[in-house]
Amino acid sequence: MAIDIPRIPLGDWIEAGLDYLTTEFSGVTRGISRFTQTGISALNDALMWLPEWALMAIIALLCWRLSGIRLAIGSVLGLLLIWNMGLWFPMIETLTLVVIATLVAVVIALPVGVFAALSDKFYSVIMPVLDFMQTMPAFVYLIPAIPFFGIGSVSAIFATVIFSMPPAIRFTTLGIRQVPTELVEAADAFGSTRGQKLLKVQLPLSLPTIMAGINQTIMLALSMVVIAAMIGADGLGNEVWKAIQRLRPGDGFEAGIAVVILAMLLDRLTQAFRKTKKTQ
Amino acid sequence: MSDTENIKIRVRGLSKVFGSHPKRALELRDKGKKRAEILEKTGQTLGLSNISFDVKEGELLVIMGLSGSGKSTLIRCLNRLIEPTEGDIVIDDENIPKLSEKELLECRRRHFSMVFQHFALFPHRTVQANAEFGLEIRGFDKEERAKKAREALHQVGLEGWEDSMPSQLSGGMQQRVGLARALANDSTVLLMDEAFSALDPLIRKDMQQELLELQNRMKKTTIFITHDLDEALALADRIILLKDGEIVQIGTAEDILTHPADDYVARFTEGVDMSRILNARHAMRPVRAVALSDDGPRTVLRKLSENGLDSIYVTDRQRKLLGLLEADVADRAAREGKQSIEGLVGNDFPKVGPDEPLHNLFAMFGDKSFPIAVVDDDQRLLGVVVKGAVLAQLAEAGEH
Repeated sequence: MAIDIPRIPLGDWIEAGLDYLTTEFSGVTRGISRFTQTGISALNDALMWLPEWALMAIIALLCWRLSGIRLAIGSVLGLLLIWNMGLWFPMIETLTLVVIATLVAVVIALPVGVFAALSDKFYSVIMPVLDFMQTMPAFVYLIPAIPFFGIGSVSAIFATVIFSMPPAIRFTTLGIRQVPTELVEAADAFGSTRGQKLLKVQLPLSLPTIMAGINQTIMLALSMVVIAAMIGADGLGNEVWKAIQRLRPGDGFEAGIAVVILAMLLDRLTQAFRKTKKTQ
Repeated sequence: MSDTENIKIRVRGLSKVFGSHPKRALELRDKGKKRAEILEKTGQTLGLSNISFDVKEGELLVIMGLSGSGKSTLIRCLNRLIEPTEGDIVIDDENIPKLSEKELLECRRRHFSMVFQHFALFPHRTVQANAEFGLEIRGFDKEERAKKAREALHQVGLEGWEDSMPSQLSGGMQQRVGLARALANDSTVLLMDEAFSALDPLIRKDMQQELLELQNRMKKTTIFITHDLDEALALADRIILLKDGEIVQIGTAEDILTHPADDYVARFTEGVDMSRILNARHAMRPVRAVALSDDGPRTVLRKLSENGLDSIYVTDRQRKLLGLLEADVADRAAREGKQSIEGLVGNDFPKVGPDEPLHNLFAMFGDKSFPIAVVDDDQRLLGVVVKGAVLAQLAEAGEH
């Protein structure tokens, strides 16, 4: 026999909280929305304005400088395939979302990560929050995004930032905490202020680890902006979404392959960047 | 060393407890409990207990102890890389434990440079930039710090390596960079935390030698931590021996070897080749009798027979050593009726300075077994060493 325990109305509370936030802070959210939308449009327009071959050349050059000729050739072949499949513009839209979401995530994650590395108290508070952010199913973030920012790209960015930020924070904290004690002692022993210690010793030495975190953030951001097509984000995700609704597996796979190419390109590029930093 | 020397750092009643309830640990300590008991009762580790000592201006003070003796804690308390629990550390009238955070930074910049066991070079900076670090922190302008860093690198023999990265250098060279980084800062005190312990033995000997040479030139107040007795003996003006966070003995290398404060110190010093540490001064005896240059042969003969000697050293009235007179020579001169011993004095005898190591003395005892004359720089006779005394001294030292 089931004992009749009253159900804890956790969901109701959360909804009430979110309602409160949406109504009370509508001015703020609308401001953020407009600002972000402007950024998205500007970057999107800039990338679209460039002819396909020019963007390909720029990316290939970047790959060549940072990694080598193999990645450069691979990038051109991949991008040509995307172009050939007629997915160039959706690819640009996805790239824009990833770039902006990553930028926002990193701008927030760096100071938070540094602070968590320096303060044990803050560390013990932030770590469970990060666990929550990472393990909560990604789709759930999409729901409150809509009342905050409406249907579309800004909501996609909001959800993506929350979902993709934790690794950047974690790796920043880890990187700084991994700087050998003797080096931190050396900085202290010569009379460094906290700021000098951070800028001259801790951050430079944790840079490779921080870059690994940013790499993870980019990958997570890419996977999230695709899912965010469900709340009206443009880009390759939207192509997949359309293919699902129309039950056209061919179209779905084509868009999927474009996502994979973009992911590999971003991953290899950031890793190459990290390695050049490390060998300096 | 005289008593009028300036004291650079005064450490008084310094204690350090690791743990959250230092007071309870110190109460037990004051009741005479030892480290192990305090740990068992309170869970607090007594890192240092009631440490007091002085560091003299310009001296090289070695703090020696085995691992866990608290020597690293002690050196880190001096510049507050570790916060002391109680006690005073006074450097030029500033009491370090009482300084505010800002004053502490200033004090570290002005007074302390540190050299680390594993070098602690910044791997992302060139050799030059590493050497400049302390000056950069202090806000020196670019040209001045580049100049001072180059001078420091030159002093440790690293000119030409300015643009290399630390990872391209060998261990010994890396530690030279560490030393240059400390010297460039021109602080008043040099802290060296097991600075040569990570180097292989040959390089280590070289570095010790170079440190001594630098020390001779610069007379920088230096506190050097080591667990190695040979290193301590090679470098130290004075040695502080630590055990379980307490000072067991403070003294010169000789004091510690010849008069160990307790069994612990004595065990530490076992295996040291005493004949290299002890010198002629230790085995020297006062001269029982000397002949003066204007003595007649009969006077000399009487001095010989009174003291049961078969040879005697001859000096002038200022005790300046002129030579050695053997009994049979004096006897013959007396029978020939000579009035003076002039021209009879022999020069074939062993003579050393007071700092001559004992192990060099063995070879000097010839067939005739004259006592070895010990003279100062002005050739004045300080005393003599007989073979038996050398052996006795070594035997005595060996017993400890």
